[in-house]
Amino acid sequence: MTGDQLKPVLELSGISKAFGPVHALRGADFTLAAGEVHALLGENGAGKSTLLRIAYGMLAPDSGVIRVRDRERILGSPRAARALGIGMVHQHFTSIGALTVSENIALSMGRTGRPADRPAGSDVSVKLMTGLLGTTRVELLSVALRQRLEIVKALATGAGILLLDEPSAVLAPSEVAELLALIREFVDAGGAAALVTHKLREVFVAADRVTVLRHGVVTYSGAVGGQTEETLARAMIGQMVERRANGSTRAPPTSSESAPVVTHFGGVPLRAGELVGIAAVEGNGQRELLRGIALGEGARGSVALVPEDRTTEGLIPELSITENMVLGLDRDPRWARGHRIDWARARSRTTELIDTFGIRADGPDAAVETLSGGNQQKVVLARALECRPTILIAENPTRGLDIRASAFVHEQLRAAANTGVLVLIYSPDLDEVLALAHRVLVVHAGRVLEAPHGTDRRVVGEMMLGVNRDR
Amino acid sequence: MFTALVALGAGVGVLAIGLAASGYDPVLALGALGRGAFGSWYAFSSATLVRAVPLILLGLGVAVAFRTGAFNIGAEGQFYAGAIAATWVGVHVTAWPSGLAVGAVWVAATIAGLLWIALPVLLKVRFGVLEVISTLLLNFVAEAMVSYAVTGPLQESARVYPQSDPVADAARLPLLPGSRLHVGILLAVFLAVVLWLLFTRTRWGFRLKAVGLGPEAARVSGGIPVKRVMAGALLWSGAFAGLSGGVEITGVTYTLFQNLSPGYGFTAIAVALLARLHPIGIVLTGILFGALEAGAQGMQREAGVPAVTVQVAEATIILAVLLAEVLARRAAARTISAEDPA
Repeated sequence: MTGDQLKPVLELSGISKAFGPVHALRGADFTLAAGEVHALLGENGAGKSTLLRIAYGMLAPDSGVIRVRDRERILGSPRAARALGIGMVHQHFTSIGALTVSENIALSMGRTGRPADRPAGSDVSVKLMTGLLGTTRVELLSVALRQRLEIVKALATGAGILLLDEPSAVLAPSEVAELLALIREFVDAGGAAALVTHKLREVFVAADRVTVLRHGVVTYSGAVGGQTEETLARAMIGQMVERRANGSTRAPPTSSESAPVVTHFGGVPLRAGELVGIAAVEGNGQRELLRGIALGEGARGSVALVPEDRTTEGLIPELSITENMVLGLDRDPRWARGHRIDWARARSRTTELIDTFGIRADGPDAAVETLSGGNQQKVVLARALECRPTILIAENPTRGLDIRASAFVHEQLRAAANTGVLVLIYSPDLDEVLALAHRVLVVHAGRVLEAPHGTDRRVVGEMMLGVNRDR
Repeated sequence: MFTALVALGAGVGVLAIGLAASGYDPVLALGALGRGAFGSWYAFSSATLVRAVPLILLGLGVAVAFRTGAFNIGAEGQFYAGAIAATWVGVHVTAWPSGLAVGAVWVAATIAGLLWIALPVLLKVRFGVLEVISTLLLNFVAEAMVSYAVTGPLQESARVYPQSDPVADAARLPLLPGSRLHVGILLAVFLAVVLWLLFTRTRWGFRLKAVGLGPEAARVSGGIPVKRVMAGALLWSGAFAGLSGGVEITGVTYTLFQNLSPGYGFTAIAVALLARLHPIGIVLTGILFGALEAGAQGMQREAGVPAVTVQVAEATIILAVLLAEVLARRAAARTISAEDPA
């Protein structure tokens, strides 16, 4: 289906928005027609979320025109947008954990009620309710169900236009497929969906049209058909990047058979110098197994951890880069003198690391909260490698990072494995696991199985769901 | 520093408006306040600095705990625990050499403060009881203990007034010439410098800060035993407060009685927060609040203004500082969201 011939229900033209000196959007156009999924693709900071927030009335554009069903509108607030049949699913969950599912839905409807013309959507929301019990407290729901509740809430007021801000970020691959299928059902029933993502695969699976943003400017807009991952990636980042090999695991390093076993993961022996990917659907015990090793249980030598939630578990945002570097290394003989810490030495080492890792920061005394996500992750990585670990555990290390920052993280993990570190990487993005790892371990219901070498993503996906385990 | 000055100006300004509105002459009243606090060497040393000593010591104690994000609201109670122990030891050391007697009294006071906070620490570590509540409630218990002590076991030999016998001469601190200021001020400044060095130069100081600002990161990435660090900081906090009670007995009152402290333990929280938990800053803010308390007495004597009105100025200062902090945080948040629009 090509949306071009269809009448647009939502039209944003010439939208510009600046935050102080930063131009988030420069004259961006975006149209959305009934019956289509229109993907908004771009790196972090490209302006995708800003555009979506403007369409939902959360932000006012500096210039540009918004038309909803052919009428020019000024969306002063999300309430105004909802009244026009626009619903939004936010990147982060917006439900209140202590309240029940029904209470959360009622809360999201507010006093707006359903608009008079009741556009499509209600059938889908009934379907979405499957698995949601109205009287359940939201904090007891799984991540996938909470996500589903977010969509139900967005559709609860009978929205015909659904804006989704990276809805798949928190989901396992099977759940993503289910989500995308639901979105498709919604548009087939006459709805219109805008889908913000930075995953190319999702664009090809889910979208009819795609608009690519780079630094606030639209670099491509049109049908998905005819495009390839390369052409879209080029539009996103402005140059050819090496796309990772799709499909199968990489060959293990030749020396791996003779390397010493340094730990076990769910009973599977792991050797020094291996890059081991962990594939699992959320909640199958993989995190507990990884944290067990991180605490040094059954591990030989020191273990470094790159925690998933980098600003609460990995770093202390208010402290300087130097202080964050010393966190966990406050007994390192290079700067620890008995009970004293020689901050001058720690600072000069941090300056070196800022240089080697290319951390963009205002010197070693800059607070970590002033850094971008990618640079924060570089600080975490630099510190993890600084203690010369035997084992490095990386939990979803590229979460929220753009392509360039992700590539840097991957490079560092590979380099660490090459120097003999056992690197364990867990990511909800199966492609990332397959592209990086020498070996892939699948965790299902707390049990660990190794995927055979050269397995493709379909087989691993089935193992994650426990489908062909007994075959 | 700038914030503190603006806050001070706001506090005095609001006080002046309040005075004028209540029919007092603000110029006369504020002049009396200034003279009461700084009017002469005697006023500064014997009124302002004498009050600053407990505020500084208690403020330092409060700051140690607050640095880890643990809120010791019970400094007042630990101060009284220290004062009781100090008096008990102080009246019995008549035959001791002076230095030893003072040392024994201070050690007893410190241990008493430490023991007084030990129960809240235990409850927090074992059962997750909020220290804010347990330390606060123990203040009332400590005050009741003082009442019991001065009408019972520690009451003066004459058994007339609800107060203790004065401590032995050996357990009294030397005074600075021409004033009522005792050498406890030197102890307060010395401990402030020591604490500042510990905060900035040692692993312990770093861990306090890490636990306070990012407990999860401290635990997961720092390998820091968060609970133990917090518990340790609370015990230190109680020890400082207890010592402060001992210093007050040996340096100022020599006897124990009810309402020995005009709320020093609570004012100390403001002292610590106004200094942003910085030990050297606490010396300055301690002197500032000491001056306000001393000036209040002068204002009452000279201008007939009730001394409690100074609490208006104190409260305004605290509110102004908190407001400035919130505004600064909002400004920072704006800058960050501008850098990362998506």
